[in-house]
Amino acid sequence: MTNTNDILESHMIDVEAVRKDFPILSTHVYGYPLVYLDNAATTQKPESVLHAMDDYYHTINSNVHRGVHHLSQQATEAYEGARQKIADFINARHNHEIIYTRGTTESINLVASCFGRKFLKPGDSILISAVEHHSNIVPWQMICEEKGASLKVIPVDDEGELILDNLDKLLDDVKLVSFNYVSNSLGGVNPVQAIITAAHKRGIPVLLDAAQAVQHLEVDVQSLDVDFLAFSSHKLYGPTGIGVLYGKEEWLNQLPPYQGGGEMIKTVTFEKTTYNDLPYKFEAGTPDMAGAVGLAAAIDYVLGLGIRNIQQVEHSLMSYALGTLTEINGFRLIGKAVAERRAGVISFLVGDIHPFDLGEILDKQGIAVRTGHHCAQPVMDRYCIPGTVRASLAIYNNSQDIDRLAAGIRKASALLS
Amino acid sequence: MTIQQTQDEIIADFELFGDWMDKYEYIIQLGKELPMIEEQYKTDDNLIRGCQSRVWLHTEFKDGKLLFTADSDAVITKGLISLVIKVLNGQTPKAIIESDLYFIDAIGLSSHLSPTRSNGLLSMVKQIKLYALAYQKKSVES
Repeated sequence: MTNTNDILESHMIDVEAVRKDFPILSTHVYGYPLVYLDNAATTQKPESVLHAMDDYYHTINSNVHRGVHHLSQQATEAYEGARQKIADFINARHNHEIIYTRGTTESINLVASCFGRKFLKPGDSILISAVEHHSNIVPWQMICEEKGASLKVIPVDDEGELILDNLDKLLDDVKLVSFNYVSNSLGGVNPVQAIITAAHKRGIPVLLDAAQAVQHLEVDVQSLDVDFLAFSSHKLYGPTGIGVLYGKEEWLNQLPPYQGGGEMIKTVTFEKTTYNDLPYKFEAGTPDMAGAVGLAAAIDYVLGLGIRNIQQVEHSLMSYALGTLTEINGFRLIGKAVAERRAGVISFLVGDIHPFDLGEILDKQGIAVRTGHHCAQPVMDRYCIPGTVRASLAIYNNSQDIDRLAAGIRKASALLS
Repeated sequence: MTIQQTQDEIIADFELFGDWMDKYEYIIQLGKELPMIEEQYKTDDNLIRGCQSRVWLHTEFKDGKLLFTADSDAVITKGLISLVIKVLNGQTPKAIIESDLYFIDAIGLSSHLSPTRSNGLLSMVKQIKLYALAYQKKSVES
C-alpha cells in the first residue's frame, strides 16, 4: 500500500502540525490515545477558534447594533465582519444574503416555515431525497401537514446513488426541492448540479443542505446557482450553536419573517410593526456574537490550509481507509465503494455484528465512532439494516488513526463473532 | 436468594476479571449462551424501543412472583439483560419496586444506564419496574 505520509506532504498540508492545533487530540480515553473519527457529528476546534472566542469575551463583549458606545461598535464590527467572511467563503453576492441561525436544522426549519407559509397550498409538494437527515425530512413534513401539501422522495439505489431517471415527472406539483450535498449517513456526494438544473428548468427553487459538504469541498453558491444553502459552524471546526442560512436576495425578500422580537423590526406600535431589511428581518433577539467570531476564525483556519488542499488530503486518506478496511473479514461498506464520490464518511457493518456492539468495543479502545441510524432512519430501512458504524474523517486524521480503527475492528470482531 | 445476595455474587464474580476485555468477553458469553425468550414472545407488544438496540421483554406472574424472559439484537445488551434478569427473576413485585440495582455501577457498567446511551437497558429496567407496580396493584385489589 502507498505510504500516505508521502502523499499528504505533497499536498502542502502537514497533518502532524495540524494535529497540534487541536488540543483535544492529545486526550487519552481508557488509557489509549484518542482516535477521533466522529467528525460528521461534530469536528474538534483548533486553538485559534478557542482563542478568538475567549478574546471576544475578554476584550469586546457587548451587545451588537444597539449601543453608541465603543465596545458595542467593536462587537458589531466583529459580528458583521464575520458575516462578510462567511459570504466570501461560499461566494455569496451580498453579505445580507447570509442569515445567522443556530445551525443547519434551524436554517432548514426557517425556510420550511417561511416558504411554506407563503407559498404552499393544498395539493402542492416538497421534493426531498431518500438519503436525508431527519432535519431535512421532519420540518417539511410538519409544514406539509399544516398546509395539506405532500412530501415526495427521490429514490436511491443499492449503492447509495440517487436515481434521477424520473426526476422530471417527480417535479410535477413541486414548489421546492431540498436535499443534501453529501449524505451524512452514507457519505456519497449527490448529483447537485443535475438536480438544481432540472428544478430550475421548471422554475422551482432548491435548498441545499451542505452540513456535510462545506468542510470537505469548495462550495460556491453562485456557480451552483442554488437558492438556499444551510450549514453548521460546529462541523466546520467552529463553535456549536451557530449556523448559516444563505438565501438569494430575491427569495429572502419574498419570505415573511421567522420569529418576532428585537432586531428584526423597523418600527413597532401596538397597531402595526414594520420589519427590518435583510438580513436582520430573520434575526430576532440578541444573536450569538461570540459564536460568529468563532465561526469566522474557523473559516480563517480552513482557508489558511486551503479547502482544495483539504479535499486532496482527505481524499488520499479516504482511499487509504477504504483499502485498509475492506481487507477486514466480513467488512461491508454501505453505499458507494469508490472514494471519488465520497466525502468524509465511511458507513459500514462487519459480518452480523450489531453496530452498537462494535461501537462499544471500539470505544473501549479509545476509538470514537458513531453507531446507529445517524438520524436517518429511512436510509437504514432502505438497506434493511438496524444501523451502521460510521467512521468520519477530518483534516487532522492520519493513517495511524485508520490503522488503529482497523486493528480495533479486528479485535472487536474476534470478541463478538 | 434475595436481590441483594445475587447482586453481591455478581460483583464478586466481576472482581476476578483483570481488564475490560475479560469483562466484556464474559458479558458477551452470557449474551450468546442464554436462550432467553421463546420466539412467540418476540412480538411488537413486547418490544422495548431503545435508540440503538432492540430489546424484547416477556413477563409472567406466578405464585406472587414475577418471571422474566428477554432478548436483544445486540449481544452486549443481551449479556447485560441476562444479569438484570438473574437479579430480579422470581422476586415479588414489592421487592422489585424497592430494589436498587447497585451492581451495575459496582461492576463498572453504569454508563449503560445513562439515558444518553439509549441501548435499551435503562428502558428495560424501567419497564420491569412498571410491570412490578402493575402486578402489585392488581394483587392488592384482588
